[in-house]
Amino acid sequence: MAVTVELPIEQTSGMEARPRAAGLPRFARPVLGLLLPVSIALAWELIVWLGYSNGRLMPPPSQVFATIVELARSGELLRHVITTLTRVGLGFGFGVVAGTMLGAISGYWRPARRLLDPTVQALRAIPSIAWVPLFILWLGIFETSKVALIAVGVFFPVYLGVMDAILSVDRKIVEVGRIFRLSGFAMIRRILLPAVLPAYVVALRVGLGLGWMFVVAAEFMGASEGLGYLLIDGQQLGKPAQILAAIVIFAILGATTDWLIEISAAPFLRWQDAFGKRAGGA
Amino acid sequence: MLALDGVRKIYPNGVHALERFSAEINPGEIVAIIGGSGCGKSTLLRAIAGLDRATAGTVTLDDTTILAPHAKIGIIFQEPRLLPWLSVADNVGFGVSDLPSSARREKVAAALKRVGLADKANAWPRELSGGQAQRVAIARALVPQPEVLLLDEPFSALDAFTRRDLQDHLLDLWADTRPTLILVTHDVDEAVVLADRVLVMRPRPGRLFEEIKVNLTRPRDRNSELFDRFKRHVLTALDRSLDRSIPDRDAGPSVGESSMWW
Repeated sequence: MAVTVELPIEQTSGMEARPRAAGLPRFARPVLGLLLPVSIALAWELIVWLGYSNGRLMPPPSQVFATIVELARSGELLRHVITTLTRVGLGFGFGVVAGTMLGAISGYWRPARRLLDPTVQALRAIPSIAWVPLFILWLGIFETSKVALIAVGVFFPVYLGVMDAILSVDRKIVEVGRIFRLSGFAMIRRILLPAVLPAYVVALRVGLGLGWMFVVAAEFMGASEGLGYLLIDGQQLGKPAQILAAIVIFAILGATTDWLIEISAAPFLRWQDAFGKRAGGA
Repeated sequence: MLALDGVRKIYPNGVHALERFSAEINPGEIVAIIGGSGCGKSTLLRAIAGLDRATAGTVTLDDTTILAPHAKIGIIFQEPRLLPWLSVADNVGFGVSDLPSSARREKVAAALKRVGLADKANAWPRELSGGQAQRVAIARALVPQPEVLLLDEPFSALDAFTRRDLQDHLLDLWADTRPTLILVTHDVDEAVVLADRVLVMRPRPGRLFEEIKVNLTRPRDRNSELFDRFKRHVLTALDRSLDRSIPDRDAGPSVGESSMWW
């Protein structure tokens, strides 16, 4: 009998209001992240404007911005950006194709892993920049050696990511495929590929990050075009504003290309963040 | 009819999981396999499913020897094992992907309705509770209409309330097409409520110890005295199966010889 008395009490306690997302309203959250860099920039602008520093080695944001505008107006910026983007694009493409193929073979087929993986791991231990002199000797000073260097940088994280992802696919899920008698190809298409995809996207993003890193290294050595050339040029001619301008452009391009990978993968990874999205809606 | 004949399994690491297990299971029969840990229950189920091949002996379904997963044999694991990248509906339809999509959709909708989850068709697996996920797994296993459905401790990860609910539900579903059910469990209550026959196994190496027919009418009242008596009977058999001083018996044709294994 006591149970029937307690029941309504339990029910009301179950109907408590769900806790509200605490803190700032939604639109204000990214603003908080901007607070620090923007106030530092404004402070520096103010310091130079008030004459406490001449801003020669560390030009204020307005001057950096003016340099970017000037470069853009003369059409030079576009030329450098296209050159750099082409190098990154080609290097990233080659690196991804090679990394994906070899990573998949190593992950899927044990004899290949035994054969291939020790060599790849040994090569990975070499700082990729160390290849530069050799690549220049072999491939010349122009585009090929630069693309090759970027491709090498992209290759390793993609290779490792793909191989690891395949090796860590849950055996229990693979068994579901076996129970429904999937053929080898269907098993890859319906079980392995979707299971591997999240880790693959991460590997691509890491690879792309390294690609941007290596394009700078590549353009430091004997380039006459590209954002890396702008950096060197700014250093040699004592134009810090140009260096900072190139750095800002690098940041924008890097973040944008990373974001492109993220949003093009998003439709395939909806199942992953379903929880986060639901928290907003239902 | 599903026939197990002298099934033995020794794993590559030397573990002797199963020794000369023989049984015949009739179409539509519900058999519970119960026993202490390490008695080879799951090994047996995996051999019937065709996931692991027996070291010796055979599993045959209507004169077909089972060496690999078979279309007429379905399995429900301890965990739901839903594919997280597929919606609930696509998970349920996973085993019938060779059907034209309209027929598939129809079957999936019917199966989801049957397990009471019609409104979850478009949800992702991670949005389901444990009990709901296991219902989806049951629906997925039933959609291809298996003749034999294997269940490997299917409700052991659920709370007592949900477990009871799903046990009753399973019987409902079974009544639709009456497949053979072979259920591995360590829950005596579950064995007695579901099974026509309880096979008690004993460990090291896993082998059949005792067979108990549960000739109670369905639906079974978990609170009746008769139910209790069957439960006690199974419990006693379980206790005895772990007592090494008691020799094997009632274990079919290999009664005398099997004493050499311990």
